[in-house]
Amino acid sequence: MNWETVIGLEVHVELKTASKIFCGCKNDSKSEPNTNVCPVCMGHPGALPVLNRNALELGLRAAMALNCQINQKSKFDRKNYFYPDSPKGYQISQFDKPIGEHGYIEIELNGETKRIGITRLHLEEDAGKSTHAADGSHTLVDFNRTGVPLIEIVSEPDIRSPEEARLYLEALKSIMQYCDVSDCRMEEGSLRCDANISLRPVGETKFGNKAELKNMNSFRNVQRGLEYEVERQRELYENGEAVVQETRRFDEATQTTISMRSKEEAHDYRYFPEPDLVDLDIDDAWLAEIRASIPELPAAKRQRYEAELGLPAYDAGVLTADPQTATYYEQVIGFGVDAKAASNWVMSDILGALNNEGKTFAECPITPENLAGLISEISSGKISSKQGRDVFKSMWETGKSAAAIIQEQGMEQISDASVLGPILDEIIANNPKSVADYKGGKDRAIAALVGQAMKATKGKANPGLVNQLLIEKINAID
Amino acid sequence: MTLHSLKDMIASIRSGETSPSDWVNESLDAIERYDGALKSFLTVTAEEARDHAKKQQLTNESGPLFGIPYALKDNMITKGIRTTAASRILENYIPPYDGTVAQKLRQSGGILVGKTNMDEFAMGSSTETSAFQKTANPYGANYVPGGSSGGSAAAVAAGLVPFALGSDTGGSIRQPAAFCGCFGIKPTYGRVSRYGLIAFASSLDQIGPFTRSAEDAAIVLNAICGYDPMDSTSAKLPAEQQVDFTAGIDAGVKGIRIGIVRNLPEEGLQPAVKAAVDGAVRALQGAGAEVVEVELPHMEYAVATYYLIAPAEASSNLARFDGVRYGRRAEASGVIDMFERSRSEGFGMEVKRRIIIGTYALSSGYYDAYYKRAQQMRTKIRQDYEQAFASCDVILMPTAPTTAFQFGEKADNPLQMYLNDIYTIPANLAGIPGASVPCGFSDGLPIGLQILAKPFDEHSILRVAHAYEQLRTFTWQAPVLGVAR
Amino acid sequence: MKITEETVSHVARLARLAMPDSEKALLAPQLSDILDYAETLQRVDLTGVEPTSHPFQQTNVLRDDVVRDSLPRDAALMNAPDSEAGQVRVPAVLEGGSEA
Ligand SMILES: [Mg+2]
Ligand SMILES: [Zn+2]
Repeated sequence: MNWETVIGLEVHVELKTASKIFCGCKNDSKSEPNTNVCPVCMGHPGALPVLNRNALELGLRAAMALNCQINQKSKFDRKNYFYPDSPKGYQISQFDKPIGEHGYIEIELNGETKRIGITRLHLEEDAGKSTHAADGSHTLVDFNRTGVPLIEIVSEPDIRSPEEARLYLEALKSIMQYCDVSDCRMEEGSLRCDANISLRPVGETKFGNKAELKNMNSFRNVQRGLEYEVERQRELYENGEAVVQETRRFDEATQTTISMRSKEEAHDYRYFPEPDLVDLDIDDAWLAEIRASIPELPAAKRQRYEAELGLPAYDAGVLTADPQTATYYEQVIGFGVDAKAASNWVMSDILGALNNEGKTFAECPITPENLAGLISEISSGKISSKQGRDVFKSMWETGKSAAAIIQEQGMEQISDASVLGPILDEIIANNPKSVADYKGGKDRAIAALVGQAMKATKGKANPGLVNQLLIEKINAID
Repeated sequence: MTLHSLKDMIASIRSGETSPSDWVNESLDAIERYDGALKSFLTVTAEEARDHAKKQQLTNESGPLFGIPYALKDNMITKGIRTTAASRILENYIPPYDGTVAQKLRQSGGILVGKTNMDEFAMGSSTETSAFQKTANPYGANYVPGGSSGGSAAAVAAGLVPFALGSDTGGSIRQPAAFCGCFGIKPTYGRVSRYGLIAFASSLDQIGPFTRSAEDAAIVLNAICGYDPMDSTSAKLPAEQQVDFTAGIDAGVKGIRIGIVRNLPEEGLQPAVKAAVDGAVRALQGAGAEVVEVELPHMEYAVATYYLIAPAEASSNLARFDGVRYGRRAEASGVIDMFERSRSEGFGMEVKRRIIIGTYALSSGYYDAYYKRAQQMRTKIRQDYEQAFASCDVILMPTAPTTAFQFGEKADNPLQMYLNDIYTIPANLAGIPGASVPCGFSDGLPIGLQILAKPFDEHSILRVAHAYEQLRTFTWQAPVLGVAR
Repeated sequence: MKITEETVSHVARLARLAMPDSEKALLAPQLSDILDYAETLQRVDLTGVEPTSHPFQQTNVLRDDVVRDSLPRDAALMNAPDSEAGQVRVPAVLEGGSEA
């Protein structure tokens, strides 16, 4: 039988605010344990929440960037459950009026655009961090993370393969980074993903029993966890067994999924409107202001790079994958250099070097202006492309401009025919065989002469010009 | 020892006739002398209060309540001072912060002498559910002081402090004021910050003062009211609604329209209470007030509405008492076991009862039938008051259907106990202000007249109450426990 | 509405209250009474009536995104029944996980 995979993702994204969502504590869960806590986020009796304007606005910006309809009248609700790292015994979240609904993300799949629906996007507070003792004797709780603002983004069950799931996450991450609402570092927990996955026979419209997958802390692990789960469920069905509806944990060591709960307790979160917070009423002007703060998003940018800059689709995709690359690239071409040449340098040389050294664009030793300078030196013929590679290396090491390095190392190309003329005349005179070969129709013989000229000029001669002059000179000989 | 009004005490300190230490010592002496029998305080901060008074005399601090001793109900958070909400679960809780009212009163120059007894987590109408002690009614040791702010009411009525704060979720200021024979006012929801008030039902809770007169209450309201950025539900008001509460308090009742409720539910209403309230209405009418009839058609549903909404909110508000970060923790093998045992050992029966009702009302499948329906009824009740206040300035009715009852009299039948709150609950559901002012005695026990007004119109309440205090058509009786007057 | 002791058990479990049988036996009939009384609300037609969750409707009460002082760590942990290395210590979590 042929099986269809059905996946829906629930993603939690930490918002980049200075303070927490309902109190003034620093939004920094990596400090020394329990140093960014106060009566509000520790759930002390009598303490009350007050909503952080920035958290709300970042949430709205994210919702708009994900094409959601905004609920201009929105509110918070309490989700009641007990857990040691949930200090109030409830989480302040949103239930029936999330700030955003009915959005979508587009992914590129085999050259086609596929739209994945977003059911809802809501604001909520994060829980603390529990560390379970290895011997199972106790748990330690750090409340620095309680009250860190989150958005939860729930997709429709529109995803049909583990690969699509990864593409969806990559697109989501890219959009969130463009909007500057979150770092989305999955390894550090600022983006977290749970997945619901089920199988059904192709053609079937009802959903099969689903597994909820947790603990996947990288995009790769999401894909691997889902791939494992597809196989596990398919085998169960094909052996005539049932898939149990349950929560499973991805185990990185074995690259498998493991059932988490022996005894599943039915959830009853007893949602009700949060009486300690007032309702939200976001008027059109405010909404317009937030909409205006959304920059050009990756999909639009990619299209523009192809249409206006004439870049190949591949280049446009790489350059727009994250906002830092795109910003850097746009700054480079802002200096008037050729778009494709700039794309080549950014994609292979800059990204390669940053990756090698684990650096970010903020730490890039070559400024966009200096890279543009290098590209100009090459296109103007002052140095050769080959020399350009060496100059790039020096620029990377020293942070100096291309011009400075070219000058320091005396690398200016000789592009003056009157300087090259006598040198070439001498080479022609000393190499009659090569000249004869060339005249005899062996085009390749010219390369040997060019090589001689480069040697004679210590590599500084403009090879194109040398080539051209040699041909002219030899043709002039009877 | 004689009783002084807050107003006189302030004047006396200002003139230099008395000092903060004089009043603090007098208050502490009274507590020492009478509170053994009254048991209105859970914690007396004698040393801190004396130090505070001395320090005040050295510095040139001032403030509207400079040098005035006062008490807080023990559900108001005080930094460094044990705050229990009269519950075992918080028996040893020392808050790391100050609530807004504690802060404001300190800034006004007030001196905290202690924390008063109450029903556990403010759940009760008799202060009997306190985990620690039973507070006597100053008018009879066998009688309850009312609740849940029974300790604050008793302490003020007995003359131990000139004012104390209480909290009112369904009548917890007004009913004990009526039972103990003092003045108590629940301001409009949002007038006084709830930051630092241990929540019972967040959308109903409101802090207010107990005093021995309306005028004294106005002075305290001036100190504790106002927008607080720490409480999202605190009211941001236009300037005209933030004026001095004492201004115009003695304007009399001429031209005031008094609403009395047609078909007021009178089940269980004692004839003496009815007679005293009717007498008060006549007296005010005689002084120039106009009396009109108003309708509150959904009043009969108020108790049912309240006893779904309040426990539902409470069940969630009390979830934080889990033994993790503070409070009582029971020995247990795993964390769920720890939650269940800590909470079971830490909470008393009334608290558990309300947590169970509230959890049930919110639980899957019942939300629409109970909680949501109660919220819809709440809308109806609010609208009733809006309509009624279109034709009157204040509404008068009894504060409670009876005078104080005896200990244990109603403890076995929770529903009967709840039904006694019929007159006070609607104001909390509607968010409107309400006060209780003594209007007579029956068998030596005080009777309370309730005065309600439209949102943010505490002025009308204070003005009518003050006028009535001047008219007083009954013979005042002194409490048997406490400072003689 | 008849509330059975089993219902009380279930709700007590949701509310994380260990409840001895004697308490369940006491509470079941009391809760039945209270919920019977609550049935009176069914008498009124409330179709289309907006629910009230706050007595007055203020909207958009927001604070600026400004960091304020947190508690000193010893003050934050002062009331904790058990702590270790700056963290609150609790008995082992034997099942489930937190859910943000
Ligand atoms: Mg969530
Ligand atoms: Zn905090």
